[in-house]
Amino acid sequence: MSIENKEEFRPKIVAFCCNWCSYAGADLAGSSRLSYPADVKIIRVPCSCRVNPMFILRAFEKGADGVIMCGCHPGDCHYSTGNYYARRRMTLLFSMLDYLGVENGRTRVEWVSAAEGVKFSQTMNEFVEKIHSLGKNVRLGDLRCRN
Amino acid sequence: MQRIGVFVCHCGSNIAATVDVKKVVEIAAKEPGVVHAEDYQYMCSEAGQAKIQEAIKEKNLTGIVVCSCSPRMHEATFRKAAERAGLNPYMVEIANIREHCSWIHKDMEEATEKAVILARAAIAKVHLNAPLQPGESRVTKRALVIGGGIAGIQTALDIADAGYEVDIVEKTPSIGGRMSQLDKTFPTLDCSACILTPKMVEAASHEKITIYTYSEVDKVSGFVGDFTVDIKKKARSIDIDKCTGCGACMEKCPSKKTPSEFNRGLNNRTAIYTPFAQAIPNVPVIDRDACIKFKTGKCGLCEKVCQAGAIDYTQKDEIVSQKYGAIVVATGFDTIKLDKYDEYAYNQSKDVITSLELERIMNAAGPTKGHLERLSDGKAPKEMVFIQCVGSRCADDRGKPYCSKICCMYTAKHAMLIRDKYPDVNVTVFYIDVRTPGKNFDEFYRRAVEQYGVNYIKGQVGKVIPQPNGKLLVQGSDLLDNKQILKEADMVVLATAIEPNPDVRKIATMLTASIDTNNFLTEAHAKLRPVESPTAGIFLSGVCQGPKDIPETVAQAGAAAVKAIGLLAKDKLMTNPCTAKSDELLCNGCSACANVCPYGAISYETKEVNDHGIRETRRIAVVNTALCQGCGACTVTCPSGAMDLQGFSNRQILAEVDAICR
Amino acid sequence: MQELMNRAKELLADGTVARVLGWKAGDLSYNPEPAFFETEESLKDFVYNGFCGANLSKYMIAASKFEGKTLICLKPCDTYSFNQLIKEHRVDREKAYIIGVGCKGKLDIEKIRQQGIKGIESISGAEIEDEAETLTIQTIYGEKTCAYKDVMLERCHVCKGKEHMIYDELIGESKDTKDADRFAEIENIEAMSPEEKFAFFQKELSKCIRCNACRNVCPACSCRKCVFDSDKFDSSQKANVDSFEEKMFHVIRAFHVAGRCTDCGECSRVCPQGIPLHLFNRKFIKDINEFYGEYQAGEDTDSKGPLTNFDFEDVEPGIVAERG
Repeated sequence: MSIENKEEFRPKIVAFCCNWCSYAGADLAGSSRLSYPADVKIIRVPCSCRVNPMFILRAFEKGADGVIMCGCHPGDCHYSTGNYYARRRMTLLFSMLDYLGVENGRTRVEWVSAAEGVKFSQTMNEFVEKIHSLGKNVRLGDLRCRN
Repeated sequence: MQRIGVFVCHCGSNIAATVDVKKVVEIAAKEPGVVHAEDYQYMCSEAGQAKIQEAIKEKNLTGIVVCSCSPRMHEATFRKAAERAGLNPYMVEIANIREHCSWIHKDMEEATEKAVILARAAIAKVHLNAPLQPGESRVTKRALVIGGGIAGIQTALDIADAGYEVDIVEKTPSIGGRMSQLDKTFPTLDCSACILTPKMVEAASHEKITIYTYSEVDKVSGFVGDFTVDIKKKARSIDIDKCTGCGACMEKCPSKKTPSEFNRGLNNRTAIYTPFAQAIPNVPVIDRDACIKFKTGKCGLCEKVCQAGAIDYTQKDEIVSQKYGAIVVATGFDTIKLDKYDEYAYNQSKDVITSLELERIMNAAGPTKGHLERLSDGKAPKEMVFIQCVGSRCADDRGKPYCSKICCMYTAKHAMLIRDKYPDVNVTVFYIDVRTPGKNFDEFYRRAVEQYGVNYIKGQVGKVIPQPNGKLLVQGSDLLDNKQILKEADMVVLATAIEPNPDVRKIATMLTASIDTNNFLTEAHAKLRPVESPTAGIFLSGVCQGPKDIPETVAQAGAAAVKAIGLLAKDKLMTNPCTAKSDELLCNGCSACANVCPYGAISYETKEVNDHGIRETRRIAVVNTALCQGCGACTVTCPSGAMDLQGFSNRQILAEVDAICR
Repeated sequence: MQELMNRAKELLADGTVARVLGWKAGDLSYNPEPAFFETEESLKDFVYNGFCGANLSKYMIAASKFEGKTLICLKPCDTYSFNQLIKEHRVDREKAYIIGVGCKGKLDIEKIRQQGIKGIESISGAEIEDEAETLTIQTIYGEKTCAYKDVMLERCHVCKGKEHMIYDELIGESKDTKDADRFAEIENIEAMSPEEKFAFFQKELSKCIRCNACRNVCPACSCRKCVFDSDKFDSSQKANVDSFEEKMFHVIRAFHVAGRCTDCGECSRVCPQGIPLHLFNRKFIKDINEFYGEYQAGEDTDSKGPLTNFDFEDVEPGIVAERG
């Protein structure tokens, strides 16, 4: 799939992290010096329920190779119920992308608490590895009406 | 076009050792709209902040980006600095190039490249920032303390002494908590009840404190300063105002076979009971599952003997709804279940007990009236073995990964007390490490070893095997002498790991307070904000936050009280201005947003709008900014994009996405 | 149809309604179009036959702002859309007088053409009183016939049923036309390899000329202003062929109507390029049914939609990968 040499492939990965759990989890990964590849760039959102599927599609359209969304564990949402809505939205979106023939490994949701720096780092390492195995994203950026 | 200033912090070498800060400045300076860029050793310092303020004034900056540590650390600092220089504080964005960059990457080139991208994303965002004004919300001058153990009692006393109303909600029929079950306390060997009961009495008699025992928190709504809590008062079946606490009902109650919770099931209690003699309130409850009257309709003896006429079988659960400004969680702990530790024969032998059970056995009001005896045959033990770290510091999922912290010290206490009272009993302690950090703690432990001759063996116990002769064969190892040990004991005491009260998960969910994988409540900052939850207005007292002994619990309880008082002392709170806002020209009035709003902050108005010359009466969503907490659920539900979140707008987030994927 | 027309005249005459929202004959016999009739006289153009596929619910949004009541003719499937619009406060129930009209399946002129029937002059057998068994078509090449059910719209083969979900009165008979599994097409695509799926959709979507017919006809796409026409998302880039809008329009449109789409099939019916657009919406419906329990948008006017609702035990997004 990848037209580039694998060694040279530097994936672009966007991580949406909720302010209360996952962003803090990422901070804890940082202060604990738990490394993960620099390909991951985090965007802070107040809650996983702020993540509009349009943001994810926009990232892919602009050349992202993977998008991951992290939020508080179900039941622990700072806003009580935000992540439950996010969970439904993402499940349906991912299923649709799969249906359109886009590799479903390019999208992921992970619940990471403020105390789970280790999990954050592990998740990002796994995700980057997965994106490397999938190679450059071609399909999602090119799911156009006219070509 | 904004006039943007970019400030890159070295954070000493924390950032500068991995990120080429000069290069970040150089590249950021070329971004559109950036009219000023500089780096400095410590941006958060007085001098660093002064640089920001100077640049804002000199260059007429309309927005700034600080590339530094996490916004969770210093966003507030830089917002205030901007405000002092006349810039709206919400025109500040932080690029987190420390926690999310320099601390996790080693390669300078890679980290610098990432820092530049993060800076670009923040610059792209700040281009779209708009000045925001926080609103105000009121503070209800009343605190709720959930849990009536020593932590909850101390917090309530401290808040009440500062002049604020406090309610304590306690699940069991009496306040007192775990501490009321203890016999003596380390390191001074005070009698636990002797130091606790005066505090219980003080709380009960304090004019500012209301105690709801046999009650639970049922529902929580609202937010910092203005919580509404439904408290469920379970039916006690006793009129608390009429009861004199004479105890006649308990004496006459014919249902005597319910294991006593207070005595850890080591003996039985009646169906109508107070958990212990010094219970506060000294008013019994009827356990309806055990009561013959409730089960068969016959009996009613307690009603007959009660001269005060306080028995009321018809009482029902009652919901009390109350407003609070602050909530303190003090739900405490329990010992873990030992079902997964068959090797210690806890379920096979009555003579293998937990340390908390030993507290009850040693206590004069306990099941053995304070005599140290085997529960199987009532004989006095001659050989006692204590096993440390049962379920603590556990690598597998049978136990807990953390140190329960109190076990080393209470085991030293138990060993010392037994050797003191029964000098003919041999005491052996198997331990992994003995941990005694604390004032007078190590001295205490050494006294147990040196003065009282307690036999400490470094090593773990593999198995406890009940013998036909009633003894317990303990198979352990001595790591220092590198040998296997077989020891016959009369009693084995397990220093069982402690875990947060299982109810805390439900409570945390109601409070939207975060909780860690071990069910301990998460603090706002592990070091700097240890008694606050990340959820504003929620404070943490005692073991619900992490394992603690009594002095630490009391200290933390006081600290939580101070934080709550600091909140209650304010007349008004500034509200988060990052709230949802509906564009009336785009709104369909479809109600999707109101359906997902967890705060009921969205209502609908029928109003006339002027849509590019077309005057029309429309149904429009309106956000109550005092209620809106800014989660953004509504913004995604809105198909037309009419609902947007200030500070995290669709365009701002898309700009960040674009900058990162550029 | 005569009964329907008479009743409409009556209601206009006694002032119950100020206008009638129905279909009028088009320039060709097989393309009637939605129309408002305000006088008895104008009703002479009123038609209701097998070609009246258009779902009139959406016109009620505008009609709700008009003075007086509007008589609206709704086929069984249209009533779902109408209910959904009531739920979303887009139409005013009090402003509508609903006549639930019978339906024996609606016809797809493209399918008639695909049977090799060209040069059509007139078609008989499509009146609502007819048996809906055979169509007789007069063409410039002579008379042709075809089986009614062979030229029905796709949506009629997976008909939700002949019951009206909401009405004030019912006129005309309906016929059960369902003879296929609603999700069979979706399952066929799901069974494809990712490469086949992608190729399939890219081929279909490449036909799109971005005419917005699907959006304009869709009763769920009733936003005053579409996100693709507003600057709220920086997504309106009309001049740019290589834009976010161009690339993501159909996926985002499908997501915006997910949980609200009643599967009325209008998008596919009106697409001038013949893109099977219902395959997007129906995929969401299938997933919603599987993940969150059976849900039919428009069955009622007050239940919470699946995307404004949740369950503590909902499946995790990872199920998509696990399902393979």
